[in-house]
Amino acid sequence: MATAPLETLLQGAFPDATELVVEDRTGGGDHFQVTVTSPRFNGLSLLDQHRLVNEALADPLADGTIHELRIRTRGTQ
Amino acid sequence: MSELRETIQQVIENEPVALFMKGTPQFVMCGNSERALRALREAGAPVTAVDILPDPRIRQELSAVSGWPTIPQVFVRGELIGGADIVEELAASGDLERKLEERLGAEYRSEEAGGRVVDVLAA
Repeated sequence: MATAPLETLLQGAFPDATELVVEDRTGGGDHFQVTVTSPRFNGLSLLDQHRLVNEALADPLADGTIHELRIRTRGTQ
Repeated sequence: MSELRETIQQVIENEPVALFMKGTPQFVMCGNSERALRALREAGAPVTAVDILPDPRIRQELSAVSGWPTIPQVFVRGELIGGADIVEELAASGDLERKLEERLGAEYRSEEAGGRVVDVLAA
């Protein structure tokens, strides 16, 4: 999978993100690094921040399109 | 509840630090599992590892219990801490050691650095 479909899913989940980057870490289309900065993360634990990202990417995670996912999230405060 | 799910729940609840991973500490099969294991070891955590690879049901049951979709998963005294990225971030900020101390006591550092492995299928 290219990075664009994942970006679309994340943009849908975090429309107010100030930073939203999806990188294909290996070029193989299944190891991704996702970086999201959004006010939605403000006040949330890292666990809950990552939970929101996992939920946004639930389908590609469940069907194996994403083999390995690295997540970096930040609030805006 | 299935027997396997019950066994997984017991590991989560009873082990000081449970790491559900791909492979074993001696033979890690995935980069994220390796990162989580390394961060836990550097913090001195007494790691109990469960290999999820021998049977796909282990991962299914684990995610049903934890509500977390990816591997690895780290629990401290029954509390889900997160996957490799969270454990690494917590380790870098010192929060991981603080959490281990808070949940396991100041003397939590494992004397047995190798940790142990639990086979949830054999239980």
